[in-house]
Amino acid sequence: MRQEEFEKQYTSIWQESEQLFNQFDSRSERKKLDQETLNQLPNLYRALCHSLAIAKERQYSPYLIEYLDNLVLRGHQILYSKRTYLLYKIIHFVAHGFPSEIQKQKLLFWMSMLIFFGPSLILLTLTILNPDLVYSIVPPNQVSQIESMYDPEASVLGRERESDSDFYMFGHYIWNNIGIGFRTFATGILFTMGSIFFLTFNGLFFGAISAHIINIKYTSTFFPFVIGHGSFELTAIVICGMAGIKLGWSIIAPGNLTRLDSLKLATEKAVLLVYGAALFLLIAAFIEAFWSSSTLLTTTTKYSVGTFLWIFVYVYLLWPRKLVSK
Amino acid sequence: MLDTNHTVEVPEGIELNLPLAGPVVRSLAFMIDMAIRIGVYFVIGTIFGVMGRFGGGLFLIFIFLLEWAYPILFEIYNQGATPGKKMMGIKVVNDDGTPITWGPSIVRNLLRAADAFPVFYLVGLISMMIHHQFKRLGDLAAGTLVIHKNSYTPSGSLQNEKPQQAPVNLTLEEQRAILHFGERSHQLSEARNHELADILSPILEGKDAKERMSNIVSMANWFRGRR
Repeated sequence: MRQEEFEKQYTSIWQESEQLFNQFDSRSERKKLDQETLNQLPNLYRALCHSLAIAKERQYSPYLIEYLDNLVLRGHQILYSKRTYLLYKIIHFVAHGFPSEIQKQKLLFWMSMLIFFGPSLILLTLTILNPDLVYSIVPPNQVSQIESMYDPEASVLGRERESDSDFYMFGHYIWNNIGIGFRTFATGILFTMGSIFFLTFNGLFFGAISAHIINIKYTSTFFPFVIGHGSFELTAIVICGMAGIKLGWSIIAPGNLTRLDSLKLATEKAVLLVYGAALFLLIAAFIEAFWSSSTLLTTTTKYSVGTFLWIFVYVYLLWPRKLVSK
Repeated sequence: MLDTNHTVEVPEGIELNLPLAGPVVRSLAFMIDMAIRIGVYFVIGTIFGVMGRFGGGLFLIFIFLLEWAYPILFEIYNQGATPGKKMMGIKVVNDDGTPITWGPSIVRNLLRAADAFPVFYLVGLISMMIHHQFKRLGDLAAGTLVIHKNSYTPSGSLQNEKPQQAPVNLTLEEQRAILHFGERSHQLSEARNHELADILSPILEGKDAKERMSNIVSMANWFRGRR
């Protein structure tokens, strides 16, 4: 069959599908499509594929092939959209997916904990022995800022607060802390270097500050403040780092896979950890803004609730679960 | 051909051509998005500014969303294109050519932080220039492609000439070359047309370039099936 006849025979189908695709692409038009028209879509797509295959095989003019190619691509995009059951997935993930993902990689989890808390504890000890060490990690003006934040004489905790500034701090913690978490994860793709750097650095920072607070005897305000949200926040940062290290490690040691395939597989799993960590950081931001900073609560309440939250987080993460198949 | 096309075989047994988008067009799209975001910062900042500290909190949450969720939400709900991408006529798809889904979109946009390292998306740019499919790290890990979304306008038309059989047997590929030349000859200058037609002078009967040109168009008409 020559091209001219071919075009004559099939042009109506091409135009019909083009029209349908156009309708489908605009949101308002799409709602007007009835079921019967939609049912035609697979058949039309099939016919288009058929036309394209013939046109290519018989070397019809490149313009025609390009035209058909384009139509097929549009049909393919519509037909192969994936449906996701978002709500169900989220609930399932929080209940089972996240903890079991951590439990599958316990070694990596504890290593990341070590990378964060190890340097932290070392610096804590060293700074208690030698108080000036704090200035080697934290710039002096930041040290004095932190001192004023946790001064037991001050009436408010954390930062200067007015009545509506809890919400401001909530926004600040979301923007700042979740951002840090995401960066800790993402930079891990650079052969784990970024994640390890952020973990170690944040660990050192936290260790130095804690030691300094102990040195200047502000413990009565600082520890009740951090114990509440610390469980979620510190663990989440560790998990972000863990996910990042997983990415980088998949490139360093891909095993039997190509590096690219290994990276792709690792990413699928690692991003689950980041979802969970982001959720943790959100909870931490909420606690930090509305609970930890409150001056109405007694220190005892804060310590007991804080301890409970630490236990809760680790029981939630590490309590063995049946590995449910998706 | 030297086109930067990526072909994917689909279950229907044919190959899809995905025209890949390069670093330049993608950078431009990014800059447009950036400008839009800065504009939104200012508008939102002014509105929330009058609401005091509470507004400040809302503003920070909004900045967070604008920074991380803006590309994800647009890619999912706007057929793979942020406003910047849409303006530049490009979009994101999964490696197999299907529309982008939540997982890959989240991954590629989280890993933006690594691509932006250390400044001005240096890592991402280098990665795009090295990789044969112009992928930045985020695309590599997520398994996504950025492609041109060409809205097709048929730009070829074959002049009508009296159809004429080719003087020698030509392979399908050669026939296609002549047909393609016939269809796009109006885009070329006359001198260039004649120059190209002259290549075939040994088998054409026309005496000067102009006649030879019309010989070729006649042949193209024949191959197209006009009789």
